[in-house]
Amino acid sequence: MDLFEYQGKQLFASYGIPASPGAVALTAAQATEGADRIGYPVVVKAQVLVGGRGKAGGIQLANDAHEVEAHARRILGMRIKGHTVGTVWIEKVSDIAEEFYASFTLDRAAKAHLGMLSRQGGVDIEDVAATEPDAIARIHVDPVDGLTESDCREWIDAAGLPEEARAGTLDLLLKLYRAYTDGDCDLVEINPLVLTPDGRVHALDAKVTLDDNAAFRHPEWDAYESTQVLDHREAEAKAKGLQYVGLEGTVGIIANGAGLAMSTCDVVNQVGGKPANFLDIGGGANAEVMANALEVINNDDGVRSIFINIFGGITRGEEVANGIVAALGRVELRAPIVVRLDGTNAEEGRGILRDHESDMLRSSPAMLDAARVAVELAATS
Amino acid sequence: MSIYVDRHTKVLVQGLTGSQGRFYGLRNRAYGTQVVAGVTPKKGGTEVEGIPVFDTVDEAVVRTGATASMVSVPAPFAPEAVLEAAEAGVELVVCLTEGIPAHDEARVYNRLRRDHPETRLIGPNCPGILTPGECNIGFIPAEVAQAGGPVGIVSRSGTLTYQALQELGQHGVGVTTCVGIGGDPVPGTSFVEALASFEADPETRAVIMFGEIGGSAEEEAAEFIAAEMHTPVVSYIAGVTAPPGKKMGHAGAIVSGNKGTAQAKMAALEAAGAKVGGNPTEAAELMVEVVAGL
Repeated sequence: MDLFEYQGKQLFASYGIPASPGAVALTAAQATEGADRIGYPVVVKAQVLVGGRGKAGGIQLANDAHEVEAHARRILGMRIKGHTVGTVWIEKVSDIAEEFYASFTLDRAAKAHLGMLSRQGGVDIEDVAATEPDAIARIHVDPVDGLTESDCREWIDAAGLPEEARAGTLDLLLKLYRAYTDGDCDLVEINPLVLTPDGRVHALDAKVTLDDNAAFRHPEWDAYESTQVLDHREAEAKAKGLQYVGLEGTVGIIANGAGLAMSTCDVVNQVGGKPANFLDIGGGANAEVMANALEVINNDDGVRSIFINIFGGITRGEEVANGIVAALGRVELRAPIVVRLDGTNAEEGRGILRDHESDMLRSSPAMLDAARVAVELAATS
Repeated sequence: MSIYVDRHTKVLVQGLTGSQGRFYGLRNRAYGTQVVAGVTPKKGGTEVEGIPVFDTVDEAVVRTGATASMVSVPAPFAPEAVLEAAEAGVELVVCLTEGIPAHDEARVYNRLRRDHPETRLIGPNCPGILTPGECNIGFIPAEVAQAGGPVGIVSRSGTLTYQALQELGQHGVGVTTCVGIGGDPVPGTSFVEALASFEADPETRAVIMFGEIGGSAEEEAAEFIAAEMHTPVVSYIAGVTAPPGKKMGHAGAIVSGNKGTAQAKMAALEAAGAKVGGNPTEAAELMVEVVAGL
């Protein structure tokens, strides 16, 4: 789960990481109220989960309440790369002497945490990595040992940060590492990390991605759920605990396992169709899960046919078949279904389906053939 | 011959008394796997269909001589379960559990490498491992597989592993061992390690490798294939049509920018001399040709 900047900064603050004081606002009135409390001048910042908001006009300087109100009115509701701005963050303007970059993420290849620190902040770090790779100091942190103060000191030296920024950065990075590990983040990134003319460092931006798998030990994450922005299909799927990604095509896809679901999308494409979605019902899916999945797909106006591709290992064929039959009784299907069922208890499952076969429900034993039928149905129905 | 498991492998199941552990533990035993013990804290002294249950892995190993463990416990407890098995001297730990936090996986991986280098971890979030006709640990529907080789299978995705087994079986091609390494960010056994084991196995004369978008494990495998492998490799990468920046179910399957795309992985594998199929069926057909030419 990606956090908004303001949520990231609140998370950082809870670990003692210095960030600019600010206020969250959903309306122009809340924005001026927040700005009055913080003191002028302030920056009004659109809260969206995509980059490029500055260029889109989503970050504006305001010297008084009147300007805050005008900017907030314009930014709230603005569309930035397909995302509608619902929240602004009002922040005290920072004096900036220099801008750095700092982040922690998991380096899968090295099986260790990777810290990156650069004196060249405030710009796209991927550009820096491409044009001047030596400008980024990297450190690998063993997840068992953690980040030691002496290693962190060396890392800061390697990045060539100015003398006056080093003590503050050391303290900040040790706290950031703790926020990253204790907070179960996939990514924490500060860009820019600013040095003020009076020698203090603080986070001017915050990019945080949480590891959804760790939600069981972070009840505090529940607060973020309500602010997630999903399309209506994704929201419905999420409420039902399904792994769903909306796409633009006409063949609705349900498969078990991420690999098979992706492969199903690929095969539909190869035989001339376009997947309407990616939907992984996961391992061990039962009848209830299958019925829920069919409901989600059925509510997508773009869907013209539905391809159910199940290879049971942990998932049992008769459960899948029962789910399809249950869904047929529960929802009025708008598009015909093609089922490919194989693996654990597949024979039993196919037997259950056989009794319900019709123009709206067909069965095909091979993945490629089933995809062809589904694509044909999508083109003609 | 086979890799990692064979008819002599003695398996204990951590979580045998849970519904998943019980279903697959018994199914694996029915297949012919030596399932010798279960481990569930506080349930020691009971049994599941004649399989004795112990409180600790250590006790189960001492009493039954188990050499491998299947971990089927909920995500919050799985990291400690894996470490407990390693501490008890279990050589092979197959962790089926999905949904383990990435930081826990990284910690367990490094702890094993440092303190228990003799223990191999497969998974987590994997379907398990199968040597057809001899030993099945996990979810793999072994009935679709044909025993005897000459093909080894390694895959990041569970369901695609089954797909590969079935396609080969339908063509009458046998399998030495099928390893599902799992789709998580930090797998205990990587493509490269599994490929190296197959390369060293005289009975495995060709390898099929099913990868996915995201990460760089397939690119690392390509480097290894080019530098070290004489055994022919056929591959398929799922996720050609995945949109960038979207998480496709697995923690591992996410594309950021143009890194880790299916196209980049397929190009790297082709450059390394592997044959690459556009879908699982095509990959299996390519493998049938390779086997015919051996």
